Amino acid sequence: MNAEAYHLAVLQVVVPLLSAPFVILLRPRGLAWAAATAASAMAFIVAAFLTAGVLSGVEYRYAVGGWAAPYGIELRVDALTCLILLVVTGASLLALLAGRRSLDADIEEDRQPLFYGAWLLALAGLAGIVVSADAFNIFVFMEVSSLASYILIGGGPDRRALPATFKYLVMGTIGATFYLVGVGLIYMMTGTLNLDDIAQRIPEVADQRPILAAAGFIIVGLALKAAVFPLHAWLPNAYTFAPHAVTVFLAACATKVQVYVLLRFDFLVFQNNVPGHELQFSHFLMPLALLAILLASGVAMMERNLKRLLAYSSIAQIGYIMLGVSLLSAAGLSAGIVHIFNHALAKGALFLSVACLGMHCQGLKLSDLAGAAKSMPWTMAAFVLAGLSLIGIPGTAGFISKWLLISAALAEGSLGIALVAVVLIGSLMAVVYIWRVVEAAYFHSPPAGGPQGLREAPPMLLAATWVAVLANVYFGLIPGLPIELSEAAASSLLLHLP
Amino acid sequence: MMDLLGLYNYWVFAILLMIGFYAVTAKQNLIKKLIGLSIFQSAVFLLYITIGPVEGGTAPIFHEGAARQVYSNPLPSVLILTAIVVGISTLALGLAIIVRIKEAYGSVEENEIREIDRQ
Repeated sequence: MNAEAYHLAVLQVVVPLLSAPFVILLRPRGLAWAAATAASAMAFIVAAFLTAGVLSGVEYRYAVGGWAAPYGIELRVDALTCLILLVVTGASLLALLAGRRSLDADIEEDRQPLFYGAWLLALAGLAGIVVSADAFNIFVFMEVSSLASYILIGGGPDRRALPATFKYLVMGTIGATFYLVGVGLIYMMTGTLNLDDIAQRIPEVADQRPILAAAGFIIVGLALKAAVFPLHAWLPNAYTFAPHAVTVFLAACATKVQVYVLLRFDFLVFQNNVPGHELQFSHFLMPLALLAILLASGVAMMERNLKRLLAYSSIAQIGYIMLGVSLLSAAGLSAGIVHIFNHALAKGALFLSVACLGMHCQGLKLSDLAGAAKSMPWTMAAFVLAGLSLIGIPGTAGFISKWLLISAALAEGSLGIALVAVVLIGSLMAVVYIWRVVEAAYFHSPPAGGPQGLREAPPMLLAATWVAVLANVYFGLIPGLPIELSEAAASSLLLHLP
Repeated sequence: MMDLLGLYNYWVFAILLMIGFYAVTAKQNLIKKLIGLSIFQSAVFLLYITIGPVEGGTAPIFHEGAARQVYSNPLPSVLILTAIVVGISTLALGLAIIVRIKEAYGSVEENEIREIDRQ
């Protein structure tokens, strides 16, 4: 590896982090947006280079400030990291490209530079969580990204976003503090914060009570931040009332990054080191995952607000991811990880088409959408295709991960058949809630009292939506990249297991 | 019994954690919730600070010609300095959101806000 490539890992964080204060200073109209988009594009390019490097067999380890691990802070990039980095930076870039007009409508002009600054801080924080290999550094980046995303969610004109943000702030802080307690207990017992170093030292003390307490604190804290059922209460309102472009960004990656930390921490540090932890982990998460799939899909079937419907569907999709993970097999784990990627694609595309609808439709109730397909044919076509991907129709990205999940579950014997049944019921429920939107938009005639004012969204927004939709189709037909990365990720996570 | 008393720092940590958690979950007033959240975070500061000292240790300051000494571990204090900054930022942002809630709703009581939203 040459010297420049060595610095890629840290550039992933530094580029958005240093662009943020610069963006705040840009006053002329549109410049802040352009700079934030350019920084996001840079971050995406860095992530693409890192992925190319990892696919060619390089593992990036970066010692921040030249202080070698375990004393210094280490950044590490492997297959799992790359997959999540692509999701995070891709979602940020696409949401910014798409969201200019939508954000112009939501944020006053003089507050826009601050808003885009917060956006870049959120991006830097999320990327930082993903590349860090240091337990405390992960906490710091977690708070950087959380504080910035509270600002993003509360930044819009809808006052209902404010109580939603407050709830997210309280629950997010509790989650992060639980994680901090867990890290403190681990540090107390092992004297180190580097994840690899913890994994080496923890077997000596693994049977002692502080480690068990630490495992509990860390898993519950991260599950709260990842909106694992039943700790999802902050999510629906936060996604519903945030500006549309923010919802695209956060729905695609914020909870996934926390799932990533949960996977990395649990599989590297606890599994195989703490006796009996695998079973506890799987028995704790599997019922929650099944409940998430059934109950959250059920709520989505009843929901009248389009954005909240999709938010509940996100909670159900986290359930699919956790179900794959809780199987603890290589196949299940890689199915869960592929689903992180594919769900980000599907939900990103869905929320982008919601942003298109939101340009001219304020309430986004299903009843407001009556006849939308006539006035906005391209938007609704995008919504339908992305919805098919969410359901898991063959030829779309969603099918790949559901297929992998079902085959992984079937390998589990008789329990597997019950799991497959739940996955299929969940998918049928997804058919129902997507159909409700389609029915309203295609088959209900618009109200008789004059024109509704619905018309096609700005070209940039529409183009970005279709890029996301076509990505769903592309990765449905040629799923090589995410599958290769997630299989490598699953085998490296399971390396530590017997 | 002495073992339990000897760990009184940890007891205080656990009790503070629970007091904070209670206030966050049980209070309707958003400012009281935020105070609870602050207590909740401060409890963790205490946990980290408790980890640091070594019996008979002094402050880890090196200087030429000093006798060899046992030093306390400075790292937990450094870590918690970062966490204190995070705590302050969270508190400040939370208060800013409460100000905007008060402007938008005219109330800082959670049940009243929920009532207004339902209308």
